[in-house]
Amino acid sequence: MMRFTQFVVDFLRAGFTGGILFWCWMLFLAFFIMLWGYGEYVQIANGMIVTNLNDQVSWGFYLANFVFMVGVAAAAVTVVFPAYVYKHKELHRIVILGEMLAIAAVVMCLLFVIAHMGRPDRLWHILPVIGIFNWPHAMLTWDVIVLSGYLLLNIIGGFYYLYKKYAGGEVNKAFYLPIVYIAIVWALSIHTVTAFLINTMPARPMWFHSMMPIKFITTAFAAGPSLIIIVFLLVRRFTPMKIADEAFDLLSQIVVWCLGIALFLTMSEIVTELYPATEHSLGLQYLMFGHNGLNSLVPYFWIALTLMVVSFVLLLIPRLRKNLTLLPFICAAAFVGIWIEKGMGLMLPGVIPTPIGEFAEYTPSHIELMVVGGVWAIGFFLLTILLKGAVAVLLGEVSYQPQTDKRPVSSEQGEAAI
Amino acid sequence: MPNQDKSKEKESRPTTRRDFLRGAGNYTVASLSGAAMLLADPKPAKANITWAEHFQKNYRLMTEEEKQEAIERLETRYSEEYGKKVTVDGTPSIEGVLFGYALNIQKCIGCRRCVKACVAENNQSRGDEQQIEWIRVLRMEKGNFSAEDRDQHGYPESFGVQVGGNAYKPAGVVLEGQHYYEPEQVPEKDAFYFPMQCMQCEKPPCVKVCPVRTTYRDPDGIVVIDYNWCIGCRMCIGACPYWARRFNWGEPNLPKEEMNPVTHYLGNRPRMKGVVEKCTYCVQRTRKGRWTACVEVCPVGARKFGNLLDPNSEIRKVLAKKKVFRLRADLNTYPKFFYFMD
Repeated sequence: MMRFTQFVVDFLRAGFTGGILFWCWMLFLAFFIMLWGYGEYVQIANGMIVTNLNDQVSWGFYLANFVFMVGVAAAAVTVVFPAYVYKHKELHRIVILGEMLAIAAVVMCLLFVIAHMGRPDRLWHILPVIGIFNWPHAMLTWDVIVLSGYLLLNIIGGFYYLYKKYAGGEVNKAFYLPIVYIAIVWALSIHTVTAFLINTMPARPMWFHSMMPIKFITTAFAAGPSLIIIVFLLVRRFTPMKIADEAFDLLSQIVVWCLGIALFLTMSEIVTELYPATEHSLGLQYLMFGHNGLNSLVPYFWIALTLMVVSFVLLLIPRLRKNLTLLPFICAAAFVGIWIEKGMGLMLPGVIPTPIGEFAEYTPSHIELMVVGGVWAIGFFLLTILLKGAVAVLLGEVSYQPQTDKRPVSSEQGEAAI
Repeated sequence: MPNQDKSKEKESRPTTRRDFLRGAGNYTVASLSGAAMLLADPKPAKANITWAEHFQKNYRLMTEEEKQEAIERLETRYSEEYGKKVTVDGTPSIEGVLFGYALNIQKCIGCRRCVKACVAENNQSRGDEQQIEWIRVLRMEKGNFSAEDRDQHGYPESFGVQVGGNAYKPAGVVLEGQHYYEPEQVPEKDAFYFPMQCMQCEKPPCVKVCPVRTTYRDPDGIVVIDYNWCIGCRMCIGACPYWARRFNWGEPNLPKEEMNPVTHYLGNRPRMKGVVEKCTYCVQRTRKGRWTACVEVCPVGARKFGNLLDPNSEIRKVLAKKKVFRLRADLNTYPKFFYFMD
């Protein structure tokens, strides 16, 4: 127990040690976290009237970001799966970093859900045992199960491995490997269930098709590894952690193929919906072309599509894909493209027009922007701490010292920024 | 920040409550913490009531005594808040009754008296900031309807919702009706009218998706909501194909003098911010053998209401003899709200 406490303290200390760049980054994030606190306060005090949501458009920016982040969380599996199933050596060394990313992403998901709720003070109503859990009927209860399960699996798996590394013991494979394999399947489940959450409602024809889960997973496995590539490149740049080029090569291949499938599915959807162009396709038509001058979503769609197509084409060319200076920019384009496509571009046409055919334009209010920006900041804050701590443990910079005097964290590590 | 001043007073301790909620869940802890709050609160009685309300169970799972307690708590709080004697009824559904509704679209003149009567009866929020109406009357154009015309010309200025966006041109309502008409006089020559409200489905999609079972179908067929248990996730709003559900985005605005003091726990009692509400077939009236407010007020007798299980009821006669249809029957929701023509 002593040893574990020591682990937590050392992990956090490593996480919070850094140079001027590190502290600037943290301060930058802290600013947005303060805005989040203010936004949440205003929203809780006044109700959701401070958002631009209304009875016509009752789901918006919060849920859009939630859906996207579930995908990013699930995408940790693109590191874990090749590492354990295909025994990819280079990915195996950094698999923990993927799990840290998943933890940060799931925490963000939970914060988005809380922001979306009209009565966050009644959150306990949805917890099993102390509240009422409409399981298995309500899809949202499935989401609660898979998301919290995924968070637990990653925390237990990730930190068990790190702790063993820290304390110098052998990893108990009979305990650890089942967690890893369960987490792989579980990752798919979180995004599948999130798709089922919205595509099981015939009242919303834009979402009501069986392609939704696979489209969610392909876009997630394009956006997630894109972010992972960027994060790993930063880790390689700012810490002594060695990440081989092969790791990036495999990840960028995953991105390009998933992006390709996602684009194919998008095309299938457009043809299927627009060829007969029934009233059920009005959501998609509104997204792509606007309606009677109501066209605030049109740029979203075309920007997203352009970003996705361009990054797909660029990544198809091996010379560009293997260029690690260019790669993060292509990845950023793919990431942003999917964030728009699967966020606002998916959420809003689902609720516009309303079931009685009414169009209402929606743009997020200042409070919504503050809260969402703040949750992203919290995510990056958490990710920075987790990654720095994990890297320090993996490199053996912090390890358990039987004596009570604590070994100082190495100063090279201290210089490292992110 | 609209609404801030009045809601601040009521909701100044959300964090503390939530923190306590984690471990608690029974009245012992509730009263202990309630005692702690006495020190801070200028209105101790009210604080205790809202505090206990926070810990109460889902209405359906309460024992008779617990229901009685909850109802008394609400009566005390409402009476104090609205400055008059407010009753909260808990009448359960009556054996052998299944409520049904039928609306004669041939007779409806689009006067919207039903909408107004419903708001007055059911204590909805009113005013510019947050106006909640459970009934929407769609104005349908007579004659040939051309989608092309609608797309090219749109509706005249001020029709269609244009909220928070930048509509350069008039927004349109693409289906054949819209509910923002403001004529000099009804009925208009070139229109007929199509009122919509909660269809009280036998297979309600909203009930299925509710993660906390706060909305459920009572045995008399009315889909009700326990406002004190709703978490405000709005899954039900997404799932409803009839756009029947409304959300209290801010603290509802219900003037004291306009408040209807005869309420039902599952019906028209005043709501709080952050919860969903909808038509309950005036459960506070109909379970006492009265008409709903909309049936009562309709000047042309377009609205019929009754017991579907009673073969001699008016509603059964309508279903047997008139040309009846239900809205979006393809979704298998089995609405108990029928439309008919003579």
